[in-house]
Amino acid sequence: MSTPVTSSPILSVTSASKRFAGVRALEDVSIELHAGSVHALVGENGAGKSTLIKLITGVYQLDSGTVQLRGENVAFDSPRSAQRAGIATIYQEVHLAPQLSVARNFFLGREPTRLGSLDLKRMNREAGDALKRYGIAADVKRPLGELGLGIQQMVAIARAVETDASVVIMDEPTSSLEPREVDLLLELVAQLKAKDVAIVYVSHKLDEVFRACDTITVLRDGKLVSTGPTSELTRRQLISRMLGRDAAELEKDGRTKLAGHKTNIEGEPLLRAEHLNRRLILEDVSVVVRPGEVVGLAGLLGSGRSETAKAIFGALPLDSGEIEVGGKALTHQTPASRIRERVAMLPEDRKAEGIIPDMSIRDNIGLAALPQLTKAGLVSRKKVDDIVKTFMDRLRIKASGPNQKVSELSGGNQQKVLLARLLCLNPRVLLLDEPTRGIDVGAKAEVQALVAELAEKGMAVVLISSELEEVVEGSDTVVVLRDGAQLGRLVGDDISEDKIMDLIADAASERIEAAK
Amino acid sequence: MTAPTTKPQKTVAVAADHGGREAARARARSLTSLISRNGAVAVLILVVVLGALIVPSFGKPDNLRNVALAASFIGIIAAGMTFVIICGGIDLSVGSTYALATIISAMYAPRGSFIAVLYALLAAGLVGLIQGLIIARWRLPAFIVTLAGLTGVRGLVYFITNEGNDHPKIDGRLAFEALGTGSLATIGTPVWIMLVVFGIGWWALNRTPFGQSVQAVGGNQGAAELMGLPVKRTQTIVYVVSGLCAGLSGVLTTALSGGGQEARIGDAYELSAIAAVVIGGTLLSGGVGSMVGTLAGVLLLFVIQNLIVQGANLNSYVQQVVSGGFLLVVVILQAVLSRRAGTSET
Repeated sequence: MSTPVTSSPILSVTSASKRFAGVRALEDVSIELHAGSVHALVGENGAGKSTLIKLITGVYQLDSGTVQLRGENVAFDSPRSAQRAGIATIYQEVHLAPQLSVARNFFLGREPTRLGSLDLKRMNREAGDALKRYGIAADVKRPLGELGLGIQQMVAIARAVETDASVVIMDEPTSSLEPREVDLLLELVAQLKAKDVAIVYVSHKLDEVFRACDTITVLRDGKLVSTGPTSELTRRQLISRMLGRDAAELEKDGRTKLAGHKTNIEGEPLLRAEHLNRRLILEDVSVVVRPGEVVGLAGLLGSGRSETAKAIFGALPLDSGEIEVGGKALTHQTPASRIRERVAMLPEDRKAEGIIPDMSIRDNIGLAALPQLTKAGLVSRKKVDDIVKTFMDRLRIKASGPNQKVSELSGGNQQKVLLARLLCLNPRVLLLDEPTRGIDVGAKAEVQALVAELAEKGMAVVLISSELEEVVEGSDTVVVLRDGAQLGRLVGDDISEDKIMDLIADAASERIEAAK
Repeated sequence: MTAPTTKPQKTVAVAADHGGREAARARARSLTSLISRNGAVAVLILVVVLGALIVPSFGKPDNLRNVALAASFIGIIAAGMTFVIICGGIDLSVGSTYALATIISAMYAPRGSFIAVLYALLAAGLVGLIQGLIIARWRLPAFIVTLAGLTGVRGLVYFITNEGNDHPKIDGRLAFEALGTGSLATIGTPVWIMLVVFGIGWWALNRTPFGQSVQAVGGNQGAAELMGLPVKRTQTIVYVVSGLCAGLSGVLTTALSGGGQEARIGDAYELSAIAAVVIGGTLLSGGVGSMVGTLAGVLLLFVIQNLIVQGANLNSYVQQVVSGGFLLVVVILQAVLSRRAGTSET
């Protein structure tokens, strides 16, 4: 799989260092990118991958070190100048203009014109053709925001690739893609490679890294751990280098921390959401959770998983359905009424719905805890500090201190801040939508352990994850969804990845046996 | 509680119905975008038709012509404002810039129409350019920068006019007077100019790379930067466009009235212009908006005022109160229409 590295590199970074507010983000890191080669950049959150990419693409400026493009020193002052020099970047969160059509997005910044007017015919035709080449079927005249996240991501990639870049950087390109789309993407990567493009591939998904990459560079805590051909590295070695833990120790810990909490699930259901209906979105979905139980919602993207959680939380209007918490029927379909009953939800998109990035950790956590801490309209600073400290310790939030801005934290730590905010409310029912998305292996295990721990303490947990393994190992009951309809319910030992996939695949024909 | 384990029949039904669902979704989508994009147009048509039926004098051609003429000055300003707001900004300085243009065009009228118009537009464009550069380069809040512009330029106007005491008159034989007083097919020149401005504005917004940048920057500035769009240049240009529009409107005012105005002319025009843009369905948060909507919004503002003047015998203060209330009703109606359309989409 590895290509012989004999040519001189297209792009090389030498001894790059960068600090933010005195905190080291990157120290003395060097990498070389070669034409027709896929270079994986792996490491936990906060390892410095994003910083490195942003230094290459002109979003940040180096404190020290050099970047060379084809042997010449370059210092891009903006992403625009990097793009002009042939460095295209696809960021983790889709960064396009959702209100504009697919074709307009595809050509944004390099629109073909005739007599000063956009050549819409040509744009629609060429965008359609290009997307078709990459196996994406989409109406190019529709606003991009109306399409699924996966397709948006593919459009972003196709857009970047079509700019005739000599270096293409992909930051977690598959984080919102389904397996079929991942295959497409990797095909696209192969096409680029054949065109002698140098590719940087950042991913948490080790399968993809081993499948697609020729060279793997591991970063940890802002430092370079190792660089070398993929063929000389085993999966186990890679994981241990990323985590900085002994391979043997890792073996002992097992794969996920969710498994095996199965303790006293008993008593009356704490959450009873039955026959939830919403035209075109949900069709007779029922979720019942007892104290101590974790109910997983499984299904593909767009199957109604998030919508079910939102409906339970009162954030999605319902046409019909009954929702009870602690035996009390809730008639107002509003989040406020759920919060009063101590139902908490961790939203899927933490950037858009959860975190206030420019506020400190202390304020982000304290905000949620305020109602309990307020006496006669006054808040004790000390009490807030105590609570914030407790949660920072308990969730092991890695930061320079409680006053650091949340936007400066890594994705995993941001997620923990959000969790802390929820836990401040002392919830009885916890709705977790993709709690481990986009966070690294180590933080993932911690978050998973935390979920299990919370359930053991008697909370009713609803868990959504696009990683089937996580749902299977972490849930006591799994509700399987497709196109907004409930396909079935698996309990206990019946839960397995195969059974869930069978349910989804042959929903119409196969008879599934579920326990009880 | 035992949940239903499987429901084969139901799933079959869902699968079979899939095509129908898609079609329903597509229908809902097109209706949605039609209403949300053209809510102001729909309300305008409704108000004009009802108004003409209830208040006979409102519907007379002469009256409608006058309403259109009166609306054209704020209309041209609002066209420029639409770009600024879609791009995620706001321009509070347009009323003062407008006043500056009326004075300069009147002052330089003795040196010929061309010079008068050119200098007025240059001055107005320069005001926009300076504000745009400050906002884009130094990333300062547009609200504050243009508030400073509002105050500073207004001060300049008082200074130039000797604290508002000078009212230069322009020579009635000058060509440039026809810009204000002329007419084509019985409709005043300013109305035609406004329509041309909106036509060009629509084209620039929807059919040029610049317009794409404006929408992308307003939708998500960070994303636009990462995509390599010329964010700063775009932000600067929209304020120049806004300044030029305010300047053009000022020139037309001088042309129509035949001379320099009181120094306080154009006071609070920025609010009318912003109101027109917002009524037209452009989001104050940026990214989404339409020129057609702004045109309808401006006309709505003036139609409502006129209807109240024509329809009820009230003193001018009561007129303002009623006018404000009516405007509120119209905005609520429009919001309800677009919101209903909006929720049926998700």
